[in-house]
Amino acid sequence: MTDGSPSYARNDGEFGVGEVPPEYDVEETVEDHKSTRARIVEALRANKLALAGAIAIVLLVLVAAFAPFVAPHGPEEQFGFMQEPMSQSSGDFDSDGQTETVTHYLGTDSFGHDILTRIIFGARVSLLVALATVAFAFTVGTTLGILAGFYGGWVDSVVMRYVDFQWAFPEIILGVGIIAVMGGLGVTNVVLAIGIAFIDDFARIIRGEVLSIREEEYITAARAVGMNDARIMFKEMLPNAVAPLIVQATLMIPFAILAEAGLSFLGLGVKPTTPTWGLLISDGRQFISRAWWISVMPGLAIMVTVLAFNTLGDGLRDAFDISEEEVN
Amino acid sequence: MWRYIAKRVAHAVFVMWLVATTVFLGLRSIPGGPVRAMLGQEATPEAVASLRRELGLDEPLPVQYVDWVTGMFVGDFGTSISSGAEVSSLLAQAAPRTLSIALFGVLLGLAVSIPAGVVGATRRNQPADYAATIAAFLGISMPAFFVGILLAIVFGVWLGWFPVVGYTPLSEGFVPWLKSITLPGVAVGLPYAAGVTRMMRSSLIETLDEQYMRTALAKGVKSDVRLYKHALQNALMPVVTIAGIQLALVLGGTVTVEIVFGVQGLGRLLVNSILERNYPVTQVTILLISGIFVFMNLIVDIAYTAIDPRVQYGGDQA
Repeated sequence: MTDGSPSYARNDGEFGVGEVPPEYDVEETVEDHKSTRARIVEALRANKLALAGAIAIVLLVLVAAFAPFVAPHGPEEQFGFMQEPMSQSSGDFDSDGQTETVTHYLGTDSFGHDILTRIIFGARVSLLVALATVAFAFTVGTTLGILAGFYGGWVDSVVMRYVDFQWAFPEIILGVGIIAVMGGLGVTNVVLAIGIAFIDDFARIIRGEVLSIREEEYITAARAVGMNDARIMFKEMLPNAVAPLIVQATLMIPFAILAEAGLSFLGLGVKPTTPTWGLLISDGRQFISRAWWISVMPGLAIMVTVLAFNTLGDGLRDAFDISEEEVN
Repeated sequence: MWRYIAKRVAHAVFVMWLVATTVFLGLRSIPGGPVRAMLGQEATPEAVASLRRELGLDEPLPVQYVDWVTGMFVGDFGTSISSGAEVSSLLAQAAPRTLSIALFGVLLGLAVSIPAGVVGATRRNQPADYAATIAAFLGISMPAFFVGILLAIVFGVWLGWFPVVGYTPLSEGFVPWLKSITLPGVAVGLPYAAGVTRMMRSSLIETLDEQYMRTALAKGVKSDVRLYKHALQNALMPVVTIAGIQLALVLGGTVTVEIVFGVQGLGRLLVNSILERNYPVTQVTILLISGIFVFMNLIVDIAYTAIDPRVQYGGDQA
């Protein structure tokens, strides 16, 4: 309040310059704005379980990415058949003329493959498919949901009827049906089959968010300054609705992992020869009376991975204060 | 209430029509057509033409569509390409197996999850709550077929209490039937129970914090009445929704668990038909599984009328 301001803006009254009457003093403070990233970091600091999940996920991704360097053996290398966990094989495995002894920490399968190695290589397919699936569903579902919420009317009706319809198929059945129509097996087909089944979840959430954001004043302001629809939708609305989407994506990844495992367990997954976790379980199925570890070990790998994503997702959901009914 | 039910039934019929039409169009949009896919690239034109005639694929699309829809109403689903058997008789054989397992799973899931959720919510942060929470967390992290394999190893192979392979029809006695579906039923029921338990617990915790619960306490309402009449009835609503949505998990789980236990149910039928490109069987099986799911959800919707008085007294929320 110095020379720059016009005279009518001066407040030289009872309370002096710049002074606020006591009745305007409020006790509560407005929470400082925090970026999404800052809130995630804070959530991880506060919630040890979520942090453990995040660390486990980072480790898993690293192991999968560097599988050939991390795995003790090659995925097709063969040793003794159906050896128990912690058993050892002796032989000249690297053909250098000397006999060496290797330990199979998780045992070997019916072909003599080292199970730990197969699980590490299987992590590649499982994680890749899961991430690609969620990325696909996220992109398509979010776009559809924003359009539906923003335009309303017939666009909304069409999208919501589609969501209703998709809901009528149990996810794995929809995936199986899509595989049937597309015929071949392969990474792209599996990603599409599971990804399409997840579109509705993202569409429904973002539509709900957009419906409430649409009435906010900053949207009216954005219109008033002449922003076009696309800019309002993707630059104004989307960033404000991103928290539930992040949580949903984190919680969808484990579903994608389970769905991929289910498809490859059924023999409708990536390729019958690629070691995926679902396929490893299915390979061991017929030997459960003689070698339980062939099926159980890859199953535990699925469980640990899914648990890690679930703890992280739950932690983020609490951090963003989203109710369990909103995302699931 | 009747208006609400009529609305839900109409919606279910609409969804089924949509599913039937999609399956119809989906299989006809296979690149190169389903017959080429079934017979392979080297098939002679005569063979292709005769199979097309046999499947009615040489008719114009609208005629095929009318045939498909009327066939569904009279139960004429065509014949299997691989075995020549009527698709309807294949389904009649497989469906009871799948339904037995799925129903066992749902009943077990609800019987476990609702008490577990109530215990978790009422004894918050006590050992019983921790046990229920951890068990539920493990449950949602395991695919049903893996639970099935674990059960088969422990209770089938090691302990020998239950058969590991096969299904005994109800006509051969209740106990053998029950024994044959116990392990697969538990395998699909546990992951289902896990999801419902989590919802039950968090929903009840939220309800117990409501103002009217404090009012009830102040009025001197007995604690059992408070819990079961005031809190539980309100807390159940989101649980019923989740229990309905999660039925998809049960059906999907049943499909995989059937393969674990070598049960020749709908899942096995579906997977085999896809692998041998037996489209007449594939399309009807997908339709039937979706139909079961839609029907189960219709029941859930109607169950709402029992617990949500707003529906009963003519409220128009749905």
